[in-house]
Amino acid sequence: MAEIALHNVVKNYGKLEVVHGINLNIEHNEFVVLVGPSGCGKSTTLRMIAGLEEISDGTISIGSEIVNELPPRKRNISMVFQNYALYPHMSVRDNLGFGLKIAKQAPDVIEERVREAADVLGLGDLMDRTPAELSGGQRQRVAMGRAIVRNPQAFLFDEPLSNLDAKLRVQMRTEIKKLHQKVKTTVVYVTHDQVEAMTLADRIVVMKDGYIEQVGSPMEVFNHPVNTFVASFIGSPPMNLIPGAIDGDNIRFSDGAHISVPTRLKDKVRNGQEIIFGFRPDDLTPVGHGINESGQQAPMKLVITLAELLGTETILYTQIAGQEILGKMFDPRDIHPGEELNMNLSLDKAHLFDGATGKSVRLD
Amino acid sequence: MNSALKKRIGNVLSWVMTFLLMLVICVPGLWVVLTAFRPNSEVLAKPAVWIPQNFNLNNFAKIFGFGAEQVAIPVPAYFTNSLIIALTSTAIALLIGMSGGYAFARYRFRFKNGLFLGLMLSRTVPGIALSLPVFMIWSRIGLIDAKLGLIIVYVALNVPFTVWLIDGFFRQIPKEMSEAAQVDGCTRWEAFWKIEFPLAKSGIASAGIFAFLTSWNEYALASQLTRSTDSKTLPVGLMDFTAQFTIDWAGMSAMAVIIIIPALVLTFLVQKHLIAGLTFGGVKG
Ligand SMILES: Nc1ncnc2c1ncn2[C@@H]1O[C@H](COP(=O)(O)OP(=O)(O)O)[C@@H](O)[C@H]1O
Ligand SMILES: [Mg+2]
Repeated sequence: MAEIALHNVVKNYGKLEVVHGINLNIEHNEFVVLVGPSGCGKSTTLRMIAGLEEISDGTISIGSEIVNELPPRKRNISMVFQNYALYPHMSVRDNLGFGLKIAKQAPDVIEERVREAADVLGLGDLMDRTPAELSGGQRQRVAMGRAIVRNPQAFLFDEPLSNLDAKLRVQMRTEIKKLHQKVKTTVVYVTHDQVEAMTLADRIVVMKDGYIEQVGSPMEVFNHPVNTFVASFIGSPPMNLIPGAIDGDNIRFSDGAHISVPTRLKDKVRNGQEIIFGFRPDDLTPVGHGINESGQQAPMKLVITLAELLGTETILYTQIAGQEILGKMFDPRDIHPGEELNMNLSLDKAHLFDGATGKSVRLD
Repeated sequence: MNSALKKRIGNVLSWVMTFLLMLVICVPGLWVVLTAFRPNSEVLAKPAVWIPQNFNLNNFAKIFGFGAEQVAIPVPAYFTNSLIIALTSTAIALLIGMSGGYAFARYRFRFKNGLFLGLMLSRTVPGIALSLPVFMIWSRIGLIDAKLGLIIVYVALNVPFTVWLIDGFFRQIPKEMSEAAQVDGCTRWEAFWKIEFPLAKSGIASAGIFAFLTSWNEYALASQLTRSTDSKTLPVGLMDFTAQFTIDWAGMSAMAVIIIIPALVLTFLVQKHLIAGLTFGGVKG
């Protein structure tokens, strides 16, 4: 239980700077997820918190103590690695108890704590096996058990689910969430999977190229992305983004088509400004099949090129301004490619980003 | 001809071939062992006595200076020299091999690839080609006929190999294991001894055994650099059995057996270790 604070943290590998002075405050018992595309510096950041990577500049504190100079063992954190890094020459029991043994705890204390952790994670029957004799999901559980036995100030997870198959991944995701509710502790969790980020996080930190793009609750990040990167990274299928320009009360696209500027954003844009118009597939729906059908709408007739059935909803592929655009049909009926539909684009939830910087105009 | 018969003939044929091949490989060794247990008279008898008539340990007693008959060859001294030289040089080569192998496997540093290549290339030079320069340098600094001289040569001979082998084993151990141990409360040093060392153990043991065998069996360089009982090793001592007009085949064979036994035992150990391999269940499988 501790807050973690990153202050202007920089990481260089030789001349190459991969993390560019990031600031982040993580609160007591908060579940924070660092998310971003591969190579954006998530692992590096996490490893600096763990003490496995030197901090080139800035400070990191855990609790109220600056830990820059402390080795991992003095930071009172535990970490779950992507490849689990279980000790192959030890039984599950010894893997779980290793940290306590190093800390010179009494054998009966170790046994007690190991049993508790094993109970929490349902490892009871596996205690005498070696890691080689476990399935992927079981190894993952042991790795988590090893993290919780020591009762650390914070858990660090580096893509812990990426080696599991899709079904197990969803299952373990839920278990991690439950685990966090049981053993209230600060968690920093790294993933490139935005669904994991959305489902697990109290707060999401979206990273790109060694910078933090946005920090916010899953809903904030989803509903109010600060720029086109966050807009397209969070949410699946991703947000539709169409370049255009402000022309009076309208947004005019390259092919001459136009729609109204969303009313709530009118005074955020100037006439002639190059913008990128963004909306989620959920907000482009056939009339009568939407979830946001009240409020400001832009009606249009669109030809469907492809329909993907998902059961409760169907993803519709169409074209606007010569660009492939995705819409959704809730409570769907059969759709045939080539069909022309009357659709509504809900402007209340649409976004405008500056054409040059990609920043949301809402922020100006 | 039906196929069952064909298969049978093939089987028999392959057994015969195997037998012949094994014969070629084993007979010289077997003959040495047989000779070691027979009196010289029987060894030299003409026509050859194929089946041993007298089977005893006299030759061994003789070369170690017990019993009625004795030879004027200080086998115990040679044995001690061999043991000291082989063990010391192996220990040093292992120590360097472990540090070097670990460094190559784990750290990035300047000239790393060049250094590694250099180490490997040094193995392409036959040791004997270096005997003259080594002899000249050693004679200047007084290392001729000294155990230390041979130890240094054998360390140099073995280090590239031990570094290479041990590097390979450490490379197979994900660095996250030592990191996990460090997060779990170990110092780097503890993480090495508790996690990485046990996992690379069989590799280190294999490297050690190979290094020992190289030093133990080496003849060419030792024959140049040693003179007396101060430093002569068993393989060099073997030549003491050749006098101007006679060769004491029986004594020589007994000594050869003495040389072979530790090598044989160690070879079995190496096999066990190499076959045992490593199970990396700690990582995603
Ligand atoms: N040891 C290293 N030496 C040099 N560059 C590195 C090293 N480790 C990581 N990098 C670089 O740092 C960047 C961030 O890496 P990382 O934090 O692992 O990204 P990810 O967000 O995928 O976890 C990448 O461009 C990677 O190539
Ligand atoms: Mg990573």
